[in-house]
Amino acid sequence: MNNAMELVLVLLILPSLVFLGSSRLTACIRALSLQGILLGLLPVLRLETHVTIRVILLALAMIVFKGFILPRLLDRAMLKADVRREVEPFIGFSASLLAGIACLGISFYLTSRLPLPDRTLSSLPITIGFFNIFVGLILLVSRKIALNQVIGYLVLESGIFIVGVALALEMPVLLELGILLDVFVAVFVMGIIIFHISRTFDHIDVDQLSSIKE
Amino acid sequence: MMAYLPLLQIFMALLLAPLLPGIINRTKAFFAGRRGQPLLQAYFDLWRLLNKGAVYSRSTTWLFRLGPIVILASVLMALLFMPWGGLQSPFSFAGDLLLFAYLLGLARVFTVLAALETGSAFEGMGASREVFFSALCEPALLIGLAALARVTGFYSLSSMYGAITPALWLHHAPVILLLIVALFIVYLSENARIPVDDPNTHLELTMIHEVMVLDHSGPDFAFILYGSALKLWTLGGLIIGLLLPSGLSPLVSLVMFIVGIILLSVLVGIIESIMARLRLVRVPQMLVSAGALSVLAAFLA
Repeated sequence: MNNAMELVLVLLILPSLVFLGSSRLTACIRALSLQGILLGLLPVLRLETHVTIRVILLALAMIVFKGFILPRLLDRAMLKADVRREVEPFIGFSASLLAGIACLGISFYLTSRLPLPDRTLSSLPITIGFFNIFVGLILLVSRKIALNQVIGYLVLESGIFIVGVALALEMPVLLELGILLDVFVAVFVMGIIIFHISRTFDHIDVDQLSSIKE
Repeated sequence: MMAYLPLLQIFMALLLAPLLPGIINRTKAFFAGRRGQPLLQAYFDLWRLLNKGAVYSRSTTWLFRLGPIVILASVLMALLFMPWGGLQSPFSFAGDLLLFAYLLGLARVFTVLAALETGSAFEGMGASREVFFSALCEPALLIGLAALARVTGFYSLSSMYGAITPALWLHHAPVILLLIVALFIVYLSENARIPVDDPNTHLELTMIHEVMVLDHSGPDFAFILYGSALKLWTLGGLIIGLLLPSGLSPLVSLVMFIVGIILLSVLVGIIESIMARLRLVRVPQMLVSAGALSVLAAFLA
């Protein structure tokens, strides 16, 4: 566990706090892009000395996909659906932030109770992974705007990725690329769905979808 | 020379503190393309106010007159415990970080009490907001300092800040970076600077701190102005101390500290020029996020 990796892991907490505490979608999407870039750096830093070409290519693919292409797609969905901010989430922004901090505490507790397969492993990546998973779940249940739910889904996926990086020294490239492709397609499809929701209902507030028109 | 160092520190703080509001104002003026008020304006103001008589409303009692004295006294006390980067502060004991936080709290309590004493609805509103925001700031400050105490292993402000070396920075960079951001937000809020409070809008419904001291006049107001300049210095010291390594020769440390405080004021001026005041409902969000960063630092420490 080196200092640079620790720094990247701590920096990974900050975008999640932005998702929880900011109502502006632009800010959330920018934070998502930052998170994607940091995630890409993670496997490279994890391996320290024996970095192979494969790992670097994988990192580059991560950074390009999660740092640039996905945020671009979400940006376009935002422009098309013409929403700028989440107005009234089920859980308020300050309350979400506090919930996020509580989740961080829970993740630290959970990790301290988990028996790690390898004693030399540091527990910080697993903690941060859990934290991101929790934040993703909070976003999924507490936000009304469909776009924010997509972000919640992506944060959840990032959390799983961080745990994966912590446990597996080198993930099979094919598997990793498959997951990236899945996420890409998922966001692509969700972008289209958001566009259709907003065209049919004039908004992307999923809470109102449950009440039947006419 | 070494024996006089604490005296020199206090003297520099007392002498230079009123310079800070001037620097902030000049920075703002530079960004706005104006010449701005003289750098020494705060000194002129203090001199003018001290030579005036005070006017007291008939509805006020001794509490109102006591207010400014207690405010200045408690900020001066806090100054004695304040960390000076790598330098030893004049007074310190284990756990003085709590005393430091609560001395600033005492100053605030008396500002609020004096404001309520005037019976003005306007000042009552400012008092209510001030208490609300500071209730959110205090956990951020205390938890942040607690995180620093855990990282360094000391419990008094000056030994905590004295233990900050490049090696510690390397090992605990995330903690210290988070602390700097959290303390900076606390610094802006406690000193009633722009994202939280606008020091220029004296007579609008948006302001918080300035409205509470409207009824003070003459020497009383001078005390309050001087107290707030010292508070700018004291809380700034908490941030600058995190950035300065300890173990340099005392005079170099002192000079670097003062330069740091002045640069911090320039930074505040820049922030005030490029940012608008946050809407009132958004301020608690910002303060809660400062608290969140502090808690995060404490978890990592």
